[in-house]
Amino acid sequence: MSLTTNPSPRPAGTPTAASRSAVEPPRRRSARRTWRTRATPFVFLLPVIVLFVGFKVYPVFYALALSFTQNVGGVTEFVGGANYGRLLDDPLFWTALRNTVEILVIQVPLMLGLAIVLAVALNSKLLKWRSFFRVAYFVPIVMGLVAYGILFSALLNYQNGFINYLLTSVGLPRIPWLTDPFWAKASIIMAMTWHYTGQNAVMYLAQLQSIPGELYEAAQMDGANRRRQFWHITLPGLRPALLLTVVLSTIGTLQLFDEPYVLTGGGPDNATLTIGMYLYNSAFKNFDFGYASAIGYVLAFIVTAVSVIQTLVLRRRAQ
Amino acid sequence: MTALQHPGPRRRREPDPTRSLSAVLTAFVALGAVLMLVPFAWLVVASTHSTNEIFSSPPALLPGDRFWTNLTGLFDSLEFGTAVRNSLVVSTVYTALGMLVCSTAGYAFAKFQFRGRNAMFTVIIASLALPGQVTLVPLFKMMVALGWLNSYQGLILPNLALPFGIFLMRQAMQSVPDELLQAARVDGAGEFRTFFQIVVPTMRPALAALAIFLFLGQWNDFVYPLIVQRDPAAYTLPVSLATLHGVQSTDYGQLLTGTLISVVPVLVLFLFLQRYFVAGLLAGSVKQ
Repeated sequence: MSLTTNPSPRPAGTPTAASRSAVEPPRRRSARRTWRTRATPFVFLLPVIVLFVGFKVYPVFYALALSFTQNVGGVTEFVGGANYGRLLDDPLFWTALRNTVEILVIQVPLMLGLAIVLAVALNSKLLKWRSFFRVAYFVPIVMGLVAYGILFSALLNYQNGFINYLLTSVGLPRIPWLTDPFWAKASIIMAMTWHYTGQNAVMYLAQLQSIPGELYEAAQMDGANRRRQFWHITLPGLRPALLLTVVLSTIGTLQLFDEPYVLTGGGPDNATLTIGMYLYNSAFKNFDFGYASAIGYVLAFIVTAVSVIQTLVLRRRAQ
Repeated sequence: MTALQHPGPRRRREPDPTRSLSAVLTAFVALGAVLMLVPFAWLVVASTHSTNEIFSSPPALLPGDRFWTNLTGLFDSLEFGTAVRNSLVVSTVYTALGMLVCSTAGYAFAKFQFRGRNAMFTVIIASLALPGQVTLVPLFKMMVALGWLNSYQGLILPNLALPFGIFLMRQAMQSVPDELLQAARVDGAGEFRTFFQIVVPTMRPALAALAIFLFLGQWNDFVYPLIVQRDPAAYTLPVSLATLHGVQSTDYGQLLTGTLISVVPVLVLFLFLQRYFVAGLLAGSVKQ
């Protein structure tokens, strides 16, 4: 990350930014040259600086300011920490937080576990048609969240959905996928696992290919079986990719919005209401912008805290 | 499914444990692949049927003849055609501009020394961990203030300086040899000429990866367009589909046909360019 090659000093008089005509005679006015040399990177960075400050940095502070306000009769008033205080006593917020955490602690390990198994299988020379399978598992990721939400809502339909048809045709009862609190969560977990497992497997696969084969040969000579090789060579070798995927999936799942919006609308009985959905409802259904901004800040705090802890724990274990 | 019937060890020979392991492994991976692909196959079949046929028991498993009916119905009712056009315009312009913005920034971060470089780069990367929802309300209010609700620029600009894209380009630009840049400068090329004529052409694979990410991200984006495109004439595809889905008497034949239309272009793009896509996904994440 930190390795950057430095451009060596330019020969004196070389035309720099903006002088595209290139035929300008070499001038030895070093002050001018230095100024231009210094300005060059900022010219290249200008669009990003403007866009980033305008649409990222500024809104972040704007949101902070909003989170201390309330709309009282059409007038925005400063209310101090009232929104944050209200959050603590808001049962719906706690429900949303609990739902989000429940989905997180089940979905992320399930998906990453499957992705590791899949990556090991896809990396195995014993597997036939490897390149076909790599594409097949990766295809769901191109499907947008709305598209796969709609697709799954049709597949999971209680009366006539394809999945319940398959269940009943082998003699199992229908499952109320989207209308029962437990199964609604399970549906969201299933849909997310379907969508993201292949993407994580590809990351593991790349890391696996960087583990030197001699390690396995040496282990085999020492009489280590496949299982021991997996625990003592494969898993430790996967650690950098593991850290990355754990942190990224956690960040993503904590912000979960699209799947419950399309699949369950947060229901039944708020069983799939996530923090992201609650924020959306507060802002764009109740038009309570101050409260929504406070929820956003609490969410950002949780995301940061969790990913910092994960990074520290997983890094320490690596040492 | 053929993999499931893969023959075990050939008869009349010593059973070879490697061969049977190979067959079992392939069978399991194939089963998983079927689970991954069945929803797509079902989507294709469903788009050719009426709602009644889709939800009949037993369900239709072979393509029917309603695809054109669904399609024309979709384009007649609501403003689906407008949504397709909006999505195409916005995603294409966004991709082109995003490539320019991210690659120039990546170049500056990778190939120049300047004060505040590391701090700026750290802030940009740190913003990856910032939940998008935090800026949702402020961005909405900004769009209202600027009069950019329902506009293309309101959709395109806020997400243009994509942290991941800048990171991807910086990683890629680091591989450009400094000697090459020196040579260009000695030959009298200006900075922009060096960038566009020397650097950009050598970056084609990385730019392809970036292009796919940008296009896919914008094409599939949902929450932000949902809140800033309030007028049906400004809907993008995902917003239009979600709205259709919310309607009480949903015509699932049409809805699933629309879903298929939203997926097929990116699926085709992906199948042609998947090696770049994978390269982009892995950029910098894993030490090679």
